[in-house]
Amino acid sequence: MLEQSYYQNVDRIIETYGAKPSSLIPVLQDIQGIYRYLPGELLGYVAQKIGITETKAYSVATFYENFSFEAKGKYIIKVCDGTACHVRKSTPILEALYKELGLSKKKHTTDDMLFTVETVSCLGACGLAPAMMVNDQVHPAMTPESALELVRQLKEEGV
Amino acid sequence: MGIMTIDGRRVEFTDERNVLTVIRKAGIDIPTLCYHSELSTFGACRLCTVEDDRGRTFASCSEEPRDGMVIYTNSAKLRKYRKLIVELLLAAHCRDCTTCVKSGECALQTLAHRLGVLDVRFQNTRERQPLDFSSPAIVRDPNKCILCGNCVRVCEEIQGVGVLGFTHRGTDACVSPAFNKPIATTDCVNCGQCRVYCPTGAITIRTHMDQVWDALADPNVRVVAQIAPAVRVAVGEAFGLPRGENAIGKVVAVLHRMGFDEVFDTAYSADLTIMEEAAEFMGRLKEGKNLPLLTSCCPAWVKFVGDHFPDYQDNVSTCRSPQGMFSAVIKEYYRDPQNAGGKKTMVVSVMPCTAKKMESKRNNSFTKGEQDTDVVITTTELIRMIKNSGIAFDKVESEACDMPFGIGSGGGVIFGVTGGVTEAALRRMVKGHDKATLDAIANSGIRGDEGIKEAEIPYEGKTVKICVVNGLGNAKKVMEQVRAGEKEYDLIEVMACRRGCIMGGGQPIPAGPRHRAARAKGLYDADGSMIIKKSDENPLMDVFYNGYFKGKAHELLHNPEFDTAWRD
Amino acid sequence: MRLENREALNKCREEALQQVASYDCRILVCSGTGCIATGSEKIYRELLELCRDLPGVTLEFAPHDQQAHVGVKKTGCQGFCELGPLVRIQKGQEVIQYVKVKEEDCQEIVERTVLSDEVLERLLYKKGQKAYTHPEEIPFIAKQTRIVLENCGKFEAESLDEYLAAGGFKALEKALFTMTPQEVVEVVDASGLRGRGGGGFPCGRKWKQVSRQPEKERYVVCNGDEGDPGAFMDGSVMEGDPYKLLEGMMLAGYAVSSSEGYIYVRAEYPLSVARLRHAIGELEARGLLGDKILGTDFSFHLHINRGAGAFVCGEGSALTASIEGNRGMPRVKPPRTVEKGLWEKPTVLNNVETYANVPKILLNGAEWFRGIGTEGSPGTKTFSLTGAIENTGLIEVPMGSTLRQIIFDIGGGLKEGSEFKAVQIGGPSGGCLTTQHLDEPLDFDSVKKFNAIVGSGGMVVMDQHTCMVEVARFFMSFTQRESCGKCVPCREGTKRMLEILEKIVAGEGELEDLDRLEELAAMIQSMALCGLGKSAPLPVLSTLKVFRKEYEEHILEKKCEAKVCQAMRRFIINPAFCKGCGKCAKNCPVGAITGRRKESYHIDNSICIKCGACKDNCAFDAVYIEA
Repeated sequence: MLEQSYYQNVDRIIETYGAKPSSLIPVLQDIQGIYRYLPGELLGYVAQKIGITETKAYSVATFYENFSFEAKGKYIIKVCDGTACHVRKSTPILEALYKELGLSKKKHTTDDMLFTVETVSCLGACGLAPAMMVNDQVHPAMTPESALELVRQLKEEGV
Repeated sequence: MGIMTIDGRRVEFTDERNVLTVIRKAGIDIPTLCYHSELSTFGACRLCTVEDDRGRTFASCSEEPRDGMVIYTNSAKLRKYRKLIVELLLAAHCRDCTTCVKSGECALQTLAHRLGVLDVRFQNTRERQPLDFSSPAIVRDPNKCILCGNCVRVCEEIQGVGVLGFTHRGTDACVSPAFNKPIATTDCVNCGQCRVYCPTGAITIRTHMDQVWDALADPNVRVVAQIAPAVRVAVGEAFGLPRGENAIGKVVAVLHRMGFDEVFDTAYSADLTIMEEAAEFMGRLKEGKNLPLLTSCCPAWVKFVGDHFPDYQDNVSTCRSPQGMFSAVIKEYYRDPQNAGGKKTMVVSVMPCTAKKMESKRNNSFTKGEQDTDVVITTTELIRMIKNSGIAFDKVESEACDMPFGIGSGGGVIFGVTGGVTEAALRRMVKGHDKATLDAIANSGIRGDEGIKEAEIPYEGKTVKICVVNGLGNAKKVMEQVRAGEKEYDLIEVMACRRGCIMGGGQPIPAGPRHRAARAKGLYDADGSMIIKKSDENPLMDVFYNGYFKGKAHELLHNPEFDTAWRD
Repeated sequence: MRLENREALNKCREEALQQVASYDCRILVCSGTGCIATGSEKIYRELLELCRDLPGVTLEFAPHDQQAHVGVKKTGCQGFCELGPLVRIQKGQEVIQYVKVKEEDCQEIVERTVLSDEVLERLLYKKGQKAYTHPEEIPFIAKQTRIVLENCGKFEAESLDEYLAAGGFKALEKALFTMTPQEVVEVVDASGLRGRGGGGFPCGRKWKQVSRQPEKERYVVCNGDEGDPGAFMDGSVMEGDPYKLLEGMMLAGYAVSSSEGYIYVRAEYPLSVARLRHAIGELEARGLLGDKILGTDFSFHLHINRGAGAFVCGEGSALTASIEGNRGMPRVKPPRTVEKGLWEKPTVLNNVETYANVPKILLNGAEWFRGIGTEGSPGTKTFSLTGAIENTGLIEVPMGSTLRQIIFDIGGGLKEGSEFKAVQIGGPSGGCLTTQHLDEPLDFDSVKKFNAIVGSGGMVVMDQHTCMVEVARFFMSFTQRESCGKCVPCREGTKRMLEILEKIVAGEGELEDLDRLEELAAMIQSMALCGLGKSAPLPVLSTLKVFRKEYEEHILEKKCEAKVCQAMRRFIINPAFCKGCGKCAKNCPVGAITGRRKESYHIDNSICIKCGACKDNCAFDAVYIEA
């Protein structure tokens, strides 16, 4: 059982969108917006409130890439691997980040919960490839070196 | 209405819902893995794809028939593609076919053979998943799942339970409950319909045959069987008897030969159920209390009430199910050293149902601290045991059930089909046993295939409003209407499985529309040929109430309390 | 203030026009995703601050004010993303385009360009010897035909007044007060507008079908789930001219008698969501959205749904499923979306660019629209031009333009040192066009003939450094990862195609693999459930057809001409440059390098894992890669 405040937040979010089955995705998005992940305990609660089964809620949540039941880092770095970024060599950036932060395709988040590194299909900043996004901010024309520099800078700010 | 050309032959169609149905009507068994006439069209396996005269391909399951259509069902191109699809499925499938419980009945295996897939060129790279043995009724093996979605749809669309769902996506997609929880910890009612619709071995019956074999081999154990009504009309086909033929006599004979000490007919305890439940109903009608009365024969339904309509749990009849009553009675009888003959008693219940396995372990299925029903085996397991024994089922001479519990009325026998419990109860409540009275009851609207049936019966100057439901999805609909005050009934009979126990989760598969018609007819014919039609006219009822069990009826025949939890 | 009727709208537009006309100078800072990424927000704030404190200058509009009226505005994408942050200074008809503006340039811009009329040479776009002042003179922009992107970058994206002043909602006004819904459908139908989302289905026919449905509850849905990697046109429209999209949707609503619209925007476009939300809020406040719009019987409400990360939601039935709160899995058709779409009701579903074309068509008429583009594909098409090209960015050209015009005239040709190899068009559902297609007019039908699709318009230019097998693998890995997993051909088929491609790229391919690829591709194309699945093999088929030689080289010679595929790279030490320092051998993690000090070292390629550490660490550039 989570703290009461979690459930209060959920109640408030559900009120915004209405307690109906079609509110599921926006409600989950807002929950994730607060906690940067979906606390699993809340899923059944949401499902029951909006009138669907927990299975249905889980089924939907696992379908979409943006939902995660694992807690994410303070900085979520999304390395763009869209076509334009890919042909302008986004892979070495990803690899540099993995190496610097000790992450891999299987392990996305650093143990200190500071960084999560993911790939994303396209950020829509193709003109500035290769791009990456840190939380909601897009960083253009990256190189492995500039990515590492950014990470080191964030590390200092984050601590 | 119109005419289409299928493989060069003209085929008329009327109101078929899709091209697939027209093709099958034309005598072509076009392959499918995800199509089921009872479920919504999913269109995932793509095997039923056909080609039109312009070379366009489309899935026949989701195309409406149009006049003048010209289609080819088995062109060279289609044959090649279908074979490749099955090959791809096999490549991602656990292929332990020889040791798979579904071997011989597996739709994927059959198709691979039919389409001539003799080689699988791709490696299975799927990570092996653990099996889910948590349920007393079913076993889930995700490694054999082909993601056809049949179980997901039957669980949600027909049963209204929805504990199975697709999770993740792409090649990571799975079918499982939320968070891949053990199914026993969910709202699963153990009805086993997922297993009926599963084309492969991904969901199978949790079998308990070994316990029975062990007991049969143990000279210190008296092994007693009770056989449910729906079993008798589903066993024979596996041994070459006509579909739906009542084979109760042969089952009794085979079980005797296998070493069962006593074989009884659950129709007997169905009669007990009617005696108790009709009395309970008449009492509630008089008091106007806890109406509508909800039947309690079906354990999947009882769990469903507990999970979704707990506010109606007092409306559920306190009667144990026929299985529960019978096992309690048998156990009590052999508890008497005079009857026991120095042996331990094991009650084996042969049922069309997987949920009965759960019911037998339910907290309130114990009497005097002892589990009433020791083992439940399904019709499917019974068939397997008979095959294992090597006894030529079709050749054995029929035998009668043993005494002192060997007689059941026609009313007890029709318990196996939707509306049967109500019909038997009405036979008990309405005075007169002439043909006209019985026909009037039969024709009051409680028989037939529909999922929700309503009837009004005059009783003691009042009109009794009855609703007969099959399929839990339908039950959900009815109960929500009742809860909302939109509908009012005095009695609601619910069988979790569509068409009742004849189509139960433990029955042999495949079972299509022709099976269900034949099985229903088998039970009604059995009733028709019996002299004793009313439960209260079963001579053993008097023996029960006034003989050995006098004064014990309540303890043995009623649940101490509403409880859907079971012991592992 | 609510606009109760037509007169009120016109009065409002008059005021807006006055206000816009009153500017002595407008500073337009590009605030598209691209320029924000290069720091345009800071530039905007800096310019605003600088102007706020200027004597004799006001930022507020007040009639008859004697002070100079200066506006600092955030615009949508000005198109030239690679040269951002972009700033335009507009004084009457005079427009100056500055590129690569830095914070430290702001002071000078205000003092010298805003206050006096000086042009800062160093901030102009230069090509060769020539510097360009007016944006419309820059070849990249001059050679485009902008209808959909007409306003993008020219005014403040969030301002309803600016949109009104630019003629916004004239089309809606015309429709509501002078046309029946039927007539609106007729005009769109007659214009020949085809869906810009991929397939190119005639838009008017779709609207007609919806308006003919017996069911009266209908929906208008906008597909803003621009998921193709390498495409950002729709995002730019949503960011840069949100009101135009909304007006287009309202016209659709009026045409098919729907009062409810949904916009499904992909999750990666937070800016689009914010701008659309703002725009919807403005329209609601002015009564241009809601009940009884402008006093007519037409009511229309708009909702925004954010995607949650699933490419397949670009498919119509998956998109509506997602709005309904379900897994975005395409369903079988029929029934089609026009009959049973959102909530099982008749639904008009078009993409952003399609709707954005509608207001202009209504205003100027079908004939005008048919005068642009080709017979079968009238109008323009936006493309996002990226890859190994000089000018990357957002462009709009008439249908029927040739690749040569797009790549060389507008795109400025390839980057220095690059040779044109191919253009990937249509993203993961598309294919490659090569030199032989350079002079073919491109429209929906012609591109299809070349085994590609116009798709939503992602155009990635590839040069000799691009390995086509790797590109095919890249797209296949994308579709495979984004497959919803419902139908067997797509779920299992794309997985196996990807495995084979990975095998080839890793240098372990066999010739039979090419047959298998073709076998799987043909099956998937015929048997998959949805359009995305059916088109998934296209990038492979297209490259296999045009670049079969590359595949064969990978397989037979273990050679990657583009030197991309790591497994095929051979690291070699050039004895002419090697000084024998031994640093490479020290850095080699697997001990593949041997040699004696002061003599040339040698790499044993049977041990080498192609990590490149030797090359990175060589101070004398003695290590080179042989393909």
